[in-house]
Amino acid sequence: MLIFEISAKGRRNHLQSPRHAPEASDIPAHLLRKNAPLFPEVSELQVVRHYTQLSRKNFSIDTQFYPLGSCTMKYNPRGVHQLASLEGFLQHHPLTPASHSQGYLQSAYELQQILSHITGLSAVSLTPMAGAQGEFAGVAMIRAYHLARGDTARTEFLVPDAAHGTNPATAVMCGFRIKEIPTDKHGDVDLDALRAAVGPHTAGIMLTNPSTLGVFERRISDIAQIIHEVGGLLYYDGANLNAILGKCRPGDMGFDVMHINLHKTFATPHGGGGPGSGPVAANERLKPFLPTPIVGYDGKHYKWLTEKECPQSIGRLSAFMGNAGIILRANIYARFLGREGLCRVSEYATLNANYLMARLQQAGFTLAFPDRRASHEFIITFKKEAKTLGVTAKDIAKRLLDYGVHAPTTYFPLLVPECFLIEPTETESKEELDNFVNILIMVLKEAQDSPELIKQAPHNLPVRRLDDLKAAKELDLTWRDSQ
Amino acid sequence: MNTLPQELRYTTTHEWVRIENDTATIGITEHAQSLLGDLVYVDLPPVKKGLAVGDDAAVVESVKAAADVYSPVDGEVIEVNAALNDKPELINQDPYGAGWLFKVKLVGELPLSLLSAADYEAMLNEE
Amino acid sequence: MPFIPHTEDDVKAMLNTIGVNRIDDLFDEIPGHLRIRDLNALDSGLNEMTMSRDMKERAERDGGLACFLGAGAYEHHIPAAVWQIASRGEFLTAYTPYQAEASQGTLQLLYEYQTMMAHLMGLEVSNASLYDGASALAEAVLMAVRANTAAKEPRILIAGNLHPHYRQTIEALVRPQGIHLETLPYNDKTGCLEPQLPKIENGDMVAVVIAQPNFFGGIEEVDNITDWAHQHQALVIAVVNPIAMALLKEPGAWGQRGADIVCGEGQPLGVPLASGGPYFGFLCTKMDYVRQMPGRLIGRTIDQDGKTGFSLTLQAREQHIRRAKATSNICTNQGLAVTAATIYMSLLGASGLADVAKASHANSKVLCTALTALPGIRLRFNSPYFHEFVIECPCPADSLIQALLKKNILAGLDLSVLSPELNHCLLICVTETKTSDDIHTYANAVQHALQHILTAVED
Ligand SMILES: Cc1ncc(COP(=O)(O)O)c(C=O)c1O
Repeated sequence: MLIFEISAKGRRNHLQSPRHAPEASDIPAHLLRKNAPLFPEVSELQVVRHYTQLSRKNFSIDTQFYPLGSCTMKYNPRGVHQLASLEGFLQHHPLTPASHSQGYLQSAYELQQILSHITGLSAVSLTPMAGAQGEFAGVAMIRAYHLARGDTARTEFLVPDAAHGTNPATAVMCGFRIKEIPTDKHGDVDLDALRAAVGPHTAGIMLTNPSTLGVFERRISDIAQIIHEVGGLLYYDGANLNAILGKCRPGDMGFDVMHINLHKTFATPHGGGGPGSGPVAANERLKPFLPTPIVGYDGKHYKWLTEKECPQSIGRLSAFMGNAGIILRANIYARFLGREGLCRVSEYATLNANYLMARLQQAGFTLAFPDRRASHEFIITFKKEAKTLGVTAKDIAKRLLDYGVHAPTTYFPLLVPECFLIEPTETESKEELDNFVNILIMVLKEAQDSPELIKQAPHNLPVRRLDDLKAAKELDLTWRDSQ
Repeated sequence: MNTLPQELRYTTTHEWVRIENDTATIGITEHAQSLLGDLVYVDLPPVKKGLAVGDDAAVVESVKAAADVYSPVDGEVIEVNAALNDKPELINQDPYGAGWLFKVKLVGELPLSLLSAADYEAMLNEE
Repeated sequence: MPFIPHTEDDVKAMLNTIGVNRIDDLFDEIPGHLRIRDLNALDSGLNEMTMSRDMKERAERDGGLACFLGAGAYEHHIPAAVWQIASRGEFLTAYTPYQAEASQGTLQLLYEYQTMMAHLMGLEVSNASLYDGASALAEAVLMAVRANTAAKEPRILIAGNLHPHYRQTIEALVRPQGIHLETLPYNDKTGCLEPQLPKIENGDMVAVVIAQPNFFGGIEEVDNITDWAHQHQALVIAVVNPIAMALLKEPGAWGQRGADIVCGEGQPLGVPLASGGPYFGFLCTKMDYVRQMPGRLIGRTIDQDGKTGFSLTLQAREQHIRRAKATSNICTNQGLAVTAATIYMSLLGASGLADVAKASHANSKVLCTALTALPGIRLRFNSPYFHEFVIECPCPADSLIQALLKKNILAGLDLSVLSPELNHCLLICVTETKTSDDIHTYANAVQHALQHILTAVED
């Protein structure tokens, strides 16, 4: 039932909006709205019940194990959410003078410092609103750097074939042509191909390390050298930072600029698709190009640094200062954990991933990179099962839902056929991991004994498999009154 | 793979070309449509558009994928298969017939890179 | 250990299964020269109690001002149910609904959002959100460049009275693609776009960007500009305040054919000011352009048994499938803020939203009348306005702002940030949240401040 279908003409809530609002008689009639928009007319209870019931049709971290690779679905602490939602923070207008914004500015400044230390890079701007916008900022900074030196020949960006889709999409938004770099059979960048691809047109490369294949790129220092030698710069996609917190730093690996997904590593909730936050960190060379605003501190007061103080900045990426509420949450999370807790994040995330990987290998699942250590995530492939049983990674993913666990990431990276990218995160207990292994073993057995059961899954959810073809061909994107 | 029409020429990116005098008709192969799955949308080039070998000429889109169709020849677009706008599934049903994409008036020589049916089949068997 | 459930026994057993002795061994693929041993430059962790005191103290430092500042972020009443429901763990801690069967809650909610937003704007489709109003406008510009195949060059004509931060944001986001941004001037008396529109040739411009209301709060003659743009084969991109659209003519009804792309800041619909975010950008368009849209779209369909269900659709536009040729690089969007907005719109209904708009408008008229009755203060622009207006003061606007801050009033925006000529100008916003007492307190505070400032000057 849609909210529109429980609507009744003339029903309305009276406490939520002002009463007796006068007509706007001074605005010329031809500029006024003639027909009211088609909104539902429902009581407060109907709204509350409708959306509460809808919420119960969702899987979430709060209700299910959610080992979605590359997404770091760790527990989102309640205390963080509550403290970031204090009245004083919520009421605070973004253009309030700095004199009356010191609480927020201090929190943002501290986070800049923390991120700078963790990444080994010298300066941070918190304004990008998600990973992809952080990527945009970083690649645009690299572009600005080359142009500032009068180097207009650098028109190409290198992206490994295992990269997340946002990487090539971002480089194109920044005006570059893409060159794809292949991966070798151990999951590392193919260095010969890289050497052959670089040259005076190379603006830079975008890399994730550990890569999207769940392994650490061991020759990262060689890669950095190859790129820097031809005058290019290195961009680090920080989606997998959870794996290396306190163990190594992108700045030391030779990266010039990177983003951090606060909604992954710093435990801010994903909200059913967002918001996130993608702060960008840069070394001395790229620091002048960071997007504004940035928070400065003179030893006494915190203040905004804008175009005036940062004349070479690539500019502004949003109307105000990015997803401020997420920045507050990340600050609180980082200070809850402190230096010891932050190091433990990568340790236990890696422990959980390697444990799960070992258990699954022992249970007969096929690892994509069996001779490699897992980072905080790893890949298994159902290529064999797809061939012999006709059961695909998608089928198995859907069956997992029936057993009340969320499916891992499927079909990403595109490089590994029929794959699951599994990221358990550090906040899951051994019992939860063991339970997941048992479920997977059971599902694999079902796939062998009764493949049709799996191919028809899910069976126990609010809906069964959806007709995506119909959805795309007979587009129904809004409800109309006539229906 | 015994269905490969012998009279057509092919590309490594899974387009086919039918040459009749100075006109080339272009589509995607059975293999390509089966990889993509049910097609939901086709973006065809404007008539009169000039194309060089390798240019992006069209886009075919399924639920979970989208692929560029590259021009296998040099020339100018003279006709597009308007029936695909309403029925992109024609490509799935009849890739070498009713599912053709567009026609080009050829300019200059045919590129040497075009494959014969036998060569294309050999390539598919290697994959 | 904070948020880590492992016991010592667990760790031992797990290491044993893996076949290593210590957790540190699991990092053996990181080359030795890159390893660091600690993060000791950072502080130790705090517990909940200590952190609570610290954050409460910070929040108090930032709170407590009566807000008369708008300029792109607006204080409206947020009904209690909005965030109580939006903060349910099932909405708060879910990921993007890639597994449709396990995400019907989020998906259906987004379909309902798309419906309400499209109806509010008078257009056929809405996406499921972009980051914020300014970046949504940048996406709208990029979309227009893809959609308008009649244009000879990628030139965009932008209203000169657009929010300056929006203008800066589009500059940063579209400049790398070689798109030219030009300015449509506004009239110095009205603050609205010049009625005399420039001479351009057909196909010269990809699109014209119009803000309704404009940055000064003024209401534009949108019909004429829309028709003029369409006559020259340019698309019309409308940047609108969604609450104003409950009162003002919806963009789909502008001129003969309606605006082509509508975008803006969704924050006024139930999202708190919160230092600037998370908010959400909305983007609506005509069905003809749906394949050029950025961002996620939810479609209604059926499942294997013929039961209604919802799923992400037209994903071939998006980066995870189309990669370098995607319509945008956006992945994570602002889903939770959209959840709040959907609940907000449902609770208020069309009439409630119209009342919010009308009450805000009426309140701003009351304050404007009170202020312009004071000696030395005049209304800077003489056009009808929605809930923001500009006054010119006999002193720099900043001195007034500072004086009112002492009385815990956030007076408005000093427009000298925009241009030095406007340095005596203050942009003021009044919404439905202000009572007549609040309004009189403001007016009195201004009166006192002016007396003070002006005597100080005379001395
Ligand atoms: C490897 C990788 N890079 C980039 C991104 C993009 O980040 P965001 O979704 O925050 O834009 C993601 C997130 O899904 C990712 O997994």
